[in-house]
Amino acid sequence: MKHVISPLDLSMEELDKVLSLAESILQDPEKYSECCHGKKLATLFYEPSTRTRLSFEAAMLNLGGSVLGFSSADSSSAAKGESVADTIRVVSSYADICAMRHPKEGAPYVASIHSGIPVINAGDGGHNHPTQTLTDLFTIKTLKGRLDHLTIGFCGDLKFGRTVHSLINAMVRYPGSRFILISPDELRIPTYLREEVLEAGNIPYQESKVLEDVMPKLDILYMTRVQKERFFNEEDYIRLKDSFILDAAKMQCAGKDMLVLHPLPRVNEIATEVDDDPRAVYFRQAQLGVYVRMALIMTLLGISAG
Amino acid sequence: MLNIGGLNQGVVIDHIKAGGAMKIYEYLNLEKQDCSVAIIKNAKSSKMGKKDIIKIEGPITVDLDMLGVLDPDLTLDIIEDGKITAKRNPRLPAQVTGIIRCKNPRCITSTEQELPHRFRLTNKEKGLYRCIYCEQAYKR
Repeated sequence: MKHVISPLDLSMEELDKVLSLAESILQDPEKYSECCHGKKLATLFYEPSTRTRLSFEAAMLNLGGSVLGFSSADSSSAAKGESVADTIRVVSSYADICAMRHPKEGAPYVASIHSGIPVINAGDGGHNHPTQTLTDLFTIKTLKGRLDHLTIGFCGDLKFGRTVHSLINAMVRYPGSRFILISPDELRIPTYLREEVLEAGNIPYQESKVLEDVMPKLDILYMTRVQKERFFNEEDYIRLKDSFILDAAKMQCAGKDMLVLHPLPRVNEIATEVDDDPRAVYFRQAQLGVYVRMALIMTLLGISAG
Repeated sequence: MLNIGGLNQGVVIDHIKAGGAMKIYEYLNLEKQDCSVAIIKNAKSSKMGKKDIIKIEGPITVDLDMLGVLDPDLTLDIIEDGKITAKRNPRLPAQVTGIIRCKNPRCITSTEQELPHRFRLTNKEKGLYRCIYCEQAYKR
């Protein structure tokens, strides 16, 4: 039985298969609409995450399956002190597959050790969020036509942003990946990622503090939010925040084929005036996330089309 | 120069990072072992500046290689019949359970107390261990 706890739990071959299946589903969703008839997805969400939970539930419903679960720890037996291990043992007898979101890092891994059904990590603290990475990869593959030989800019909070770390780890597996890392000094990518992944793998990368300067080089711009609470003082935040806000003027510096991705929710880091730009694909990205989750559910349940 | 008598049978744990001896003393549970122990703290070292040393006279039943998790640079001098018969660094185990604890407050082990604290060796050269749950590096 396969679980997906980290984005790297899928081999390149397995990843290609999931992305290809997602592509087939995207082309003909009707063909897959009864694939999971009679199957149940348990969404065990120990903290609220509307988007991810609804995306998983939409994915299972699109496949003809059904869903059950809870959307906060307060409404689960965790409030009574039940361990993750006991919860998953019980849920294994109610459902066929589970998606777990938990504020504590490693909780889905603990669940996978004791589970009788496949466990998908739907986000554990600041640690992993593999289906967001799958969503990002599927978006890039669908809209760019490839995952290799791309220059990807990451902008904003590169220190704490788990989606950034996961996507870098995933993209270094494709040949010709180049990274441009745009952030204030306070929010640079962690040293371990720079040394153990980028430098150890001889992956070309460049760091910058000015978004406009590097925009022309980018195939993909992955935006993240710069949160006020990450700064030591408000002065620094006020000084720096505008440098990392994407607006229509900055978009003029970008190539005509550059795509803007964002894991959402967006707050103010992308001005709403950018939304109408055809290169802004973050809402399309959220939509594609449903298809790739459908493909992952089918794969982990061992179900093929028809 | 501080001088403590030589051992007949036992082990000298040398090149311990200064200040680290008591952690090793506690891990080996030496207080309850039937052996004589000398702890030397802040000894002068040409290589390290300052170091700690533990000399243990008597049989030790625990796996001394596990000490590499606490301090990968220490050395083990095995003494038999008053002579050093082996001198080596600890061999770092691929996985350890219950020796070190994850300090990440966001780790699942911080709330689920019954979970074993387990670490995996992820960088042999640097002696780097990561928690198997949250993957946070263990900082000595």
